[in-house]
Amino acid sequence: MLETKDILETINMIDNENLDVRTITMGISLLDCLDEDIDKACAKVYDKICRNAKDLVKTGEDIEREYGIPIINKRISVTPIGMVAAPCQSKNPVKFAYALDKAAKELGVNFIGGYSALVQKGFSSGDYALIESIPQALSETDFVCSSVNIGSTKAGINMDAVKMMGGIVKKTAEITADRNCIGAAKLVVFCNAPEDNPFMAGAFHGVGEADTVINVGVSGPGVVRAALAKNGAGKDITEIADMVKKTAFKITRMGQLVAKEASKRLYVPFGIVDLSLAPTPAVGDSVAYILEEMGLETCGCHGTTAALALLNDAVKKGGVMASSHVGGLSGAFIPVSEDAGMIAAAKCGRLDITKLESMTAVCSVGLDMIVVPGDITPEMISAIIADEAAIGMVNTKTTAVRLIPAIGRKAGDMLEFGGLLGSGPVMPVRDGSPDVFIHRGGRIPAPLQALKN
Amino acid sequence: MKAIITVIGKDTVGILAKVSDTCAKADVNIVEVTQSVLQDMFAMIMLVEISKANIGFEQLKENLNRVGEETATKIHIMHEDIFNSMHKI
Repeated sequence: MLETKDILETINMIDNENLDVRTITMGISLLDCLDEDIDKACAKVYDKICRNAKDLVKTGEDIEREYGIPIINKRISVTPIGMVAAPCQSKNPVKFAYALDKAAKELGVNFIGGYSALVQKGFSSGDYALIESIPQALSETDFVCSSVNIGSTKAGINMDAVKMMGGIVKKTAEITADRNCIGAAKLVVFCNAPEDNPFMAGAFHGVGEADTVINVGVSGPGVVRAALAKNGAGKDITEIADMVKKTAFKITRMGQLVAKEASKRLYVPFGIVDLSLAPTPAVGDSVAYILEEMGLETCGCHGTTAALALLNDAVKKGGVMASSHVGGLSGAFIPVSEDAGMIAAAKCGRLDITKLESMTAVCSVGLDMIVVPGDITPEMISAIIADEAAIGMVNTKTTAVRLIPAIGRKAGDMLEFGGLLGSGPVMPVRDGSPDVFIHRGGRIPAPLQALKN
Repeated sequence: MKAIITVIGKDTVGILAKVSDTCAKADVNIVEVTQSVLQDMFAMIMLVEISKANIGFEQLKENLNRVGEETATKIHIMHEDIFNSMHKI
């Protein structure tokens, strides 16, 4: 028989500490939907997604009810559309975005990811047109998310793509300026993008994946913080790390259970559990508060990087034994606008973009949901992307950039998205022009770390 | 399938009776019960067998919620596996 305290602990985690499964994401391959006729290809894409994911939302809701675990999002990721659109050259691939959006609406999912291109070493046919169409696609659809992989440890960094993405991010913000620049919040630029990531906006279904697969992303910063608050006083760092590990284990076991159950009910293979601490703007569900609970006055002060490194590592160590397959991003997320503690730290000026950049060297993603002044130049955005990609390339880890240029606003103003995306203070960026460096183009050669064979 | 019902709240007369009655009406068999009263806080945990229930899980949950409202307690019903997977290796 189960112990009373264990049962009550689980219930308390769900009721009071925001424990949830953040997302069940169904990955769907579209490689069998290729067609030279773009309209035919779009019809095949729409049909396949609707056919394979028709029970996704209902199954998610059923599991949610029976197990009593909130499952916040049900999402879909697809093969990078850059590949699917390759046979229909000279056509605007934005039609694929419409098809994805229509399928998402039909199925009732929260987001659909995969309006993507993988160009870490160069552009293949279809990639260039797809990237060019991203601003239009994100402004004319509601649920489509886009990502572009511009670098990897194996390939180096494609600086032509980096240059291009600076302009694309800026343009996406500009054409959605009347909607709080929301387009840019749905666009991620990656280095070392994972192919089985269930989290948006960067989810896509890699070509090495099965035809259809279920990936689950767990969450639970609130639970970790509460565990440290209850038992952490006077403990040394080793004990703190152990507490995080134990909590991460429990959180992940729940994710594993949901993933297996969803996979069984949908007759779709189970892919991975993504061991992530994903914050939400809800009070208490913040990664920054965990760092502060460890003993930092404010997230962003000296010591933050060390505390985050410890947290990120302990989450993985605890989670890895709890799940049979681990993948995706797996680690602590630090999206500024989605984390109440980060927002507060940024508002008071203690958390700035340079500190965030160093934090990204030890956390699972990168510069995420950071609002920058609207007058930022495309070259500066490119340079921020290049810096971040360099950290990922050299450290053999995923890094990403999701910047939102707040058109018409300057440092210190606020940008409100609402919902899970939260709100963010406009953060100042460093001045000085990187223009000549960015306009050189070419490729940063792969580092020695790539030569492992 | 087994589920776990937890009842947490201020101790009042008849909580156990009302919850058991709701289960009996639904053909839900109570396998095991533990309860403790700490000061005046009441915590009861029931392991129940719901495979032969004559109503759906959703309906049972709703009925139990109603009992929770009547007795000013918080009642959860959740699949047993969630606790097993979180607390047992």
